[in-house]
Amino acid sequence: MSAAAVTALKAQFPQATDRASADHLAVNVPLGDLVLALKYLRDARGFDLLMDMTAIDWAEGASPRFTVVYHLLATSEPGTALRIAANCAGPDAAPTAPSVVGLWAGANWHERECFDMFGITFIGHPDLRRILMWDGYPYHPLRKEFPLAGIETDLPVADIEEVTGTRVIAAPMAGGPFVASTGEVNLTDAEPRAKDESWSDRQPQPGQTELRQMKD
Amino acid sequence: MATEFTFPESAAKTAGGVQAAPPEFQTERMALSMGPSHPSTHGVLRLQMELDGEILTKADPVLGYLHRGDEKIAENMTYNQFVPYTDRLDYLAPLANNMAYAIAVERLAKLEVPARCQAIRVLTAEMARISAHLMGLGAFGLDVGAWSVLLYSLEEREKLYKLFEELTGARFTTSYTRVGGVTRDVPEGWLGRVSAFCDQFLPILEETLKLLTRNKIFMDRTVGIGVITKEVALSYGLTGPNLRGSGVGLDLRKDRPYSGYENYAFDVPVGTKGDCYDRYLVRGEEMRQSVRIIRQVIAKFPDGPWYATDAKRIFAPPKEKILSSMEELIQNFMIVTEGPQIPAGEVYFEAENPKGILGFYIVSKGGGVPYRLKIRSPSFCNLSILPKMCVGCLISDVVSILGSLDFVMGECDR
Repeated sequence: MSAAAVTALKAQFPQATDRASADHLAVNVPLGDLVLALKYLRDARGFDLLMDMTAIDWAEGASPRFTVVYHLLATSEPGTALRIAANCAGPDAAPTAPSVVGLWAGANWHERECFDMFGITFIGHPDLRRILMWDGYPYHPLRKEFPLAGIETDLPVADIEEVTGTRVIAAPMAGGPFVASTGEVNLTDAEPRAKDESWSDRQPQPGQTELRQMKD
Repeated sequence: MATEFTFPESAAKTAGGVQAAPPEFQTERMALSMGPSHPSTHGVLRLQMELDGEILTKADPVLGYLHRGDEKIAENMTYNQFVPYTDRLDYLAPLANNMAYAIAVERLAKLEVPARCQAIRVLTAEMARISAHLMGLGAFGLDVGAWSVLLYSLEEREKLYKLFEELTGARFTTSYTRVGGVTRDVPEGWLGRVSAFCDQFLPILEETLKLLTRNKIFMDRTVGIGVITKEVALSYGLTGPNLRGSGVGLDLRKDRPYSGYENYAFDVPVGTKGDCYDRYLVRGEEMRQSVRIIRQVIAKFPDGPWYATDAKRIFAPPKEKILSSMEELIQNFMIVTEGPQIPAGEVYFEAENPKGILGFYIVSKGGGVPYRLKIRSPSFCNLSILPKMCVGCLISDVVSILGSLDFVMGECDR
């Protein structure tokens, strides 16, 4: 059924192309056709369940830099799945994609997560706020340039500060998770260890805040 | 001026999804924060509520208290190093997560594991399902005031933990699978002990469910409460017992079988009304079906290798071979340092986990480390319906609803 759906989709949207995939059939559509294509698949081809929606960052300097990916499932013919992908528009700093909350209410949180993690603005989203990080957090952690060990930021405690007059200083982060460097010839360096990429002696910590310097 | 203000029945309101009628006199709405540390929010979910009297007019779930950045971490380590992180997604059923992750990577590598390995994985996943549903049941009972259910279910879980420990070496964070196999074969006599567990478990399960199924208080608090219609459930991407409770019989073990589920006979229970009570009934029946599957797995447990023997660059051979053969020592060394060598491509695999459908979307550029790994967590999707569901409910109904949705924040926040 998904093969028939792909053929029909391509007839409807001539700009749609096949996408390489190791499992489900996958289709690339232009960003302008995305919402119409998904609506067509939902209403005319029975793909009524939006299983997942996410984005990929193809690294700094890549063009296109961000791709949004949708996974659909048809409950009428269970087991039928389809992947739809579209490259985001806009500059690297502020990519955009159309929102599909109008088609599936469940897309709301997925798009909020994408906005939070990648900084992709979903045009037409009713309530585009951060969901996993706190409001006012300045970075988008799943972008490739964001270091694994994180960047120290101020905690969102403006209201506490107002009431108590106390400033809260975040506890220092302990270097991120243990990971192995693959392809390392020196075996001592290849062993799993915390990647202190943000505050080794050789490299100053990015985003060191005024607050922290005051404490030092 | 005397104004009559009646509180309409919350059940009727939830069913219709109607907002509380605006009172004729001026009242103030109250903001109330439930959680992040609240016994009925099952972890660190915070519900920012707006109340009109005792009826919710708005509910905004605040997530992220348990956000560890698992997807970022996955981009920085080899495929096998990520297995322990999958334990900590749905930490009530780590074995099922391990299996879903391993199959996702194997699909990308186009690797078939032998029948014995598949059987072990199905067996452990179903045991994990029982263990997760027992905890969900116990916590649900506790939320609505039935203490004793938890005591029964924890006792059974303890027996399962002993079996898990014997198999994997750990009670809780099992990290049992590897890409292309599992860490070790089943121990001598273990299958017999699982069988014995099933024999004694079924009567206890019936006894435990009997404490709730016709319990007046439990029914009063769950029947007709938190109704999710089929259409709403689908539009919010609900899966697992929450979707099946609303009458959609989607179960990937049946509909898109993986790991040899097509070889076992079992039924998929579905609800009719989609209320909290239906979701409870579905979970109860799923445990009986899991026992059925476990017995079939044990009855036709295949012989043969328990890991993919032909995957020289993916699965590190067992210890005794490493210590006696030079070639296998090198193979092990390469896999440990470089990671399993997975071809470039992208794959999305979904498994029917206790909480719903757990999906892994992996984009690989080849080599031992994924380029992007997205976890489709069932609890995240199941919770996204809360802002819609809770409006018009009483606070006490919210407790029933949270209990019946049976979510795990470790998985929701990732």
